[in-house]
Amino acid sequence: MITFEKVSVRYSGAPSDTLTDVDLVLPPGEFCLVVGPTGSGKTTLLGAATGHVPHFTGGLLRGRVLVGGRDTRTHPPRELADVVGAVGQRPMDGFVTDSVEDEMAFVMESLALEAAVMRRRVEETLDLLGLADVRRKSLAELSSGQQQRVAIGAALTAHPQVLVLDEPTSALDPGAAEEVLAALHRLVHDLGVTVLLSEHRLERVVQYADSVLSLTAPGQPLQYGPPGDVLAQSLVAPPVVALAKLAGWSPVPVSVRDARRLAPTLRKRLGDAAPAIRAPGNGDRPPRAAVLSARGVWQRYRRGPAVLRGVDLDVRAGEVLAVMGRNGAGKTTLLSALQGGLKPERGTVSLDGSPVRAATSRDRRRSVSLVPQEPGDLLYLDTVHAECAQADGESGAAAGITLALLSRLIPGLDEGTDPRDLSEGQRLCLVLAIQMAGLPRAVLLDEPTRGLDYAAKDRLTEILIDLARAGTAVALSSHDVEFVAATADRVVVLSDGEIIADAPTPEVVLSSPTYAPQVAKILAPASWLTVRQVEAALRARGPLASNEALR
Amino acid sequence: MNTSTDRPLIGRWSSAARLPGAQSLRARLPTHPLAWWIWALGLAAAASRTTNPLLLLLIVAAAAFVVAARRPMTTWARGFRAYLIFGLVVVAIRTVFHIVLGGGYGETVLVGLPEIALPEWTAGIRIGGAVTAEGLASAVYDGLRLATLLVCVGAAVTVADPRRLLKSLPGALYEAGLVVIVAVSMAPTLIESAVRVRRARQLRGSSARGLRAFRSIAMPVLDQALGRAVALAAAMDARGYGRVGSLTAGARRTSAALLLAGLLGLCLAAYGLLDAATPGTVAVPALVVGVAASVTGLVIGSRRMVRSRYRPDRFDPRSALVAGCGVAIATLFFLTEFSGDPVSHPSTFPLLWPQLALLPLLGIAVAALPGVLSTPVEPPPDQAHSTQGRPESVRSVRVGP
Repeated sequence: MITFEKVSVRYSGAPSDTLTDVDLVLPPGEFCLVVGPTGSGKTTLLGAATGHVPHFTGGLLRGRVLVGGRDTRTHPPRELADVVGAVGQRPMDGFVTDSVEDEMAFVMESLALEAAVMRRRVEETLDLLGLADVRRKSLAELSSGQQQRVAIGAALTAHPQVLVLDEPTSALDPGAAEEVLAALHRLVHDLGVTVLLSEHRLERVVQYADSVLSLTAPGQPLQYGPPGDVLAQSLVAPPVVALAKLAGWSPVPVSVRDARRLAPTLRKRLGDAAPAIRAPGNGDRPPRAAVLSARGVWQRYRRGPAVLRGVDLDVRAGEVLAVMGRNGAGKTTLLSALQGGLKPERGTVSLDGSPVRAATSRDRRRSVSLVPQEPGDLLYLDTVHAECAQADGESGAAAGITLALLSRLIPGLDEGTDPRDLSEGQRLCLVLAIQMAGLPRAVLLDEPTRGLDYAAKDRLTEILIDLARAGTAVALSSHDVEFVAATADRVVVLSDGEIIADAPTPEVVLSSPTYAPQVAKILAPASWLTVRQVEAALRARGPLASNEALR
Repeated sequence: MNTSTDRPLIGRWSSAARLPGAQSLRARLPTHPLAWWIWALGLAAAASRTTNPLLLLLIVAAAAFVVAARRPMTTWARGFRAYLIFGLVVVAIRTVFHIVLGGGYGETVLVGLPEIALPEWTAGIRIGGAVTAEGLASAVYDGLRLATLLVCVGAAVTVADPRRLLKSLPGALYEAGLVVIVAVSMAPTLIESAVRVRRARQLRGSSARGLRAFRSIAMPVLDQALGRAVALAAAMDARGYGRVGSLTAGARRTSAALLLAGLLGLCLAAYGLLDAATPGTVAVPALVVGVAASVTGLVIGSRRMVRSRYRPDRFDPRSALVAGCGVAIATLFFLTEFSGDPVSHPSTFPLLWPQLALLPLLGIAVAALPGVLSTPVEPPPDQAHSTQGRPESVRSVRVGP
């Protein structure tokens, strides 16, 4: 269905090829997952399959890409619209109209289908994706999972043979992501659509995939094959595969269900060992003292319903607190209220006992810093160096502090780079360094893991734990259960503006299937959360036993 | 390539040939947006033919009545009150200007403001001076006429979403129409992005104002807007926007030239018809030539676009009725003015109480009819769904866990 013949792509001005000599034949009806670290050329590969590269992006493509028998060299994306459907990371950016039905009809109008055919296909697609209830709503009113399903439906009404999706679930909470993936699963099984999908959070997707395409770095050969085999050798792997490698399971399982069948041996090996609990940091202050505390905070926007309903929360020195919950549960609002940028309608937020809003925004910047969901919002200068110098000035820190912090986060970054050219992970680190320049008492992060690969997330975990050890209070909001399990000491679950759970991480995540990390699901009922904990416990038990001893 | 047939590329789609609900929707076809615009422009044309404040207020009342009865339940339609307020502001501004820069004719002096002496060469302009009842009345009448025109446009925007009107444009204007639609829907996201960036600036402790603050907010906002525009263009490209039809470059140019000429002709004609001083000998031929050129251009240009329309609005008899009401009020007001009846332009010098007459009143009554005669609006989405009555076979399939 999709054929790559000796395909190489080089963007203009780039020193080397982004893709080199890619040969690939994707059979019809296959769900293929594209994996690889940031910058390995995933987006370029997907773009080449839709004709987006090079018709839209520019650059030089050598070799040949055939999609449904059509050569992308002679067919620009608009002439492929009836064969390939493309879905992006942010559905709102790609919407042309503002109502669900019109959006779905757009591609069919371009293809000049008859009115009766269009009407029928819209109805079928609404049912297929479970969107019939919201058909008359405007797109902005939908939840993000619904928006992403509309985007898929908008591509699907053309009856394409291939769907290409670039990180379709990266902005979604676990429930919404599950909705979208289940819809895709159905398309593959019922309609035989070929799906090419890229994703950073493999643990969500890999069990749906028939095959995995692994990219390592520009210029390196790619691997393509059954998920278990490819992921066992890939640079990026979900926790289940990492655990399998640790335990020496073969064949490598990719789903929690398969892994659980192999788990008893590992459980036996771990015996009665318990996961090590990280000691809370103390710094120079008594631990567990509340730095930020919210009391009875209510918040609403305009005349809408309340977003926060009487929230009581302490963010303590030396701990990492994770705020979880559905999209729209009030996580972002809660962080803004804690930072003091938002005036609560009722209730108080205090910093070390005094009202946080009493301080000017300049002073507040030095004591409580917030990294917003779009780190790019904070950046406006031309070079990394200029941004850092500006941050030193703003926070009253000695010159060079921000740069020093940054070089600890990302060693060897060129100071002359334009912040807009940085990768998502690098930009996050830059903003983190800028916000930490004043050595604040509390650091708040809103969805920091969006667009980060596993290596970058591990790095962020280390950074945040170091911060907490030094006595800073850290609070973050996240949908990423694996990241939260590895990073947070305490988890708060928000639902409809109310706190419905507030307890140490293991207690919260182990009691809920939605928030449980893969390792916990595999090794239940023991309370292991991360591969690292298991690894440390095994190491403490002595050298790795041979496979025979396991059986 | 024959794209007009339904090629079952993927097979196995359940093919419910005709969906229920289609029938019930046809039974209450919404009024065509073009009909609403003709109605509103008819009201506006009528308002432009009179300075009688009583008639103008009655026109506003008729428009408000129809809007109240037929306003759709969308966010778009909540703006009518803003047009009313804007209209009041216009009247106020016109009055204040008259008082300050007064044209002091008339004898009934209400207030004697001090007059500022201006040099000789500013003849005709004065600041301050006596405010007369006659001058004031004439200013208020004038402002009221302008406000009424505004309210009429507001009524059209409220009852007929301009985006729906753009959907019914001929194919040659489709691309231009889509640009407008996209721009309209981009505006809220741009504002949202500016708000977010401004909040982010505060996170960095910035209290900068003026040009520096502008730069630090404008840069990320523009950056994001540009990124979004590129993403949108890519998405539109991927969804077949701009697939080429079979029109030669020559025909395309002819179409553009004819359209331009037609528009010029229409402008001339509109000016001629609305400005009483221009003789009809200019207006009528300009109108004929303009319409002919536009239609030819549109027909040639529309052949270029290989597109179809999803659920196009249809101009049913009820829509014709709504449009007819607009034409009727305009005609009656024109007739009244043409007959020289002083009811159209009540005298302000000497200042007389404005009168009413049968003909314009009849027109206003007709203009209010669409409030009862046009198709009622659909209830909001939540209720619409439950009343639609979908049988078991097509009930929504639950996807997901």
